[in-house]
Amino acid sequence: MQHRLVLRILAKLLFAPILLFAFYVQFHGDFGPGGGFQAGLIFASAFVLHGLIFDVSSARRFVSDRLLQVGAAGGVLLYAGTGFASILFGGNFLDYDLLSETPTSGQHLGILLVEAGVGIAVACVMVMVFRAFADRLPHLRERDW
Amino acid sequence: MLFAFLIATALGIAYLRHLFAVVMLAGMFSLLSALLLLSMDAADVAFTEAAVGAGIATILMLSAMALTERQEKPSNRSMLERLPALAVAGAFGALLIYAMLDAPPFGDPFAPAQTHVAPYYIEQTAREIDVPNLVTAILASYRGFDTLGEVVVIFTAGIGVALLLGGFVARDRSK
Repeated sequence: MQHRLVLRILAKLLFAPILLFAFYVQFHGDFGPGGGFQAGLIFASAFVLHGLIFDVSSARRFVSDRLLQVGAAGGVLLYAGTGFASILFGGNFLDYDLLSETPTSGQHLGILLVEAGVGIAVACVMVMVFRAFADRLPHLRERDW
Repeated sequence: MLFAFLIATALGIAYLRHLFAVVMLAGMFSLLSALLLLSMDAADVAFTEAAVGAGIATILMLSAMALTERQEKPSNRSMLERLPALAVAGAFGALLIYAMLDAPPFGDPFAPAQTHVAPYYIEQTAREIDVPNLVTAILASYRGFDTLGEVVVIFTAGIGVALLLGGFVARDRSK
């Protein structure tokens, strides 16, 4: 499916900035609006855009479905694992106080890990859902819309 | 002003039969709600609404539409048959407005939502969590267990869609 030239060039140009913005939202979530959930969505939207303009199979060479499955589960496990880690360090479930030397730096570390888990899980699930739809789509012609 | 646009968009969604336009209007609706939330200083919620409602949800609706029909079937019910639906919708709307009359005014510092645990979070976040964004502190730390549940919900939903649409099964067979 060859889409229009402008769209393809724009999609290529925007791909990296979108990913960069996703990372900004991810790590700036402590200081301003944003966090793992939004960052995951923005991260996924870069891949969705790529999938819309080009096709899903070319993106699959870089990010395989297997990786998405592992990422989605891994993100949830990272979140839950942080909770269990805080039990191992002697606190309550998801009580990050004891993860580091001081309670606040423990909280920072805990929030960082947890938000990373959210971001990874959300991004992988969104791309996974998009691909599940995209795989079912028959070949679409421009005038079908 | 934003509300007027919101209502106009909602009416457009109700009247249009062309589903592509409806999906686009639904995206617009989300974007307008995000602006509305932003004007009430709920930046985090607005951000999420814009990313989910206007971004991903629109794409998924378009994908779902591409799998089904492009045009909504015109209803052939008579006016009389539609009356119960109108009555139910009208009664529910009236009920919501009646409930709204009891709600505290926007920004009321003595509203129940502001006097329960919110003061503790506002006062203690700087000392206990030391993170400038209160919303992050509450979501990731104080209410961490809830957020874990949300992530599990998203994960489950993703697995469900992937299994239902059968993308993974089909590909495994072709290998």
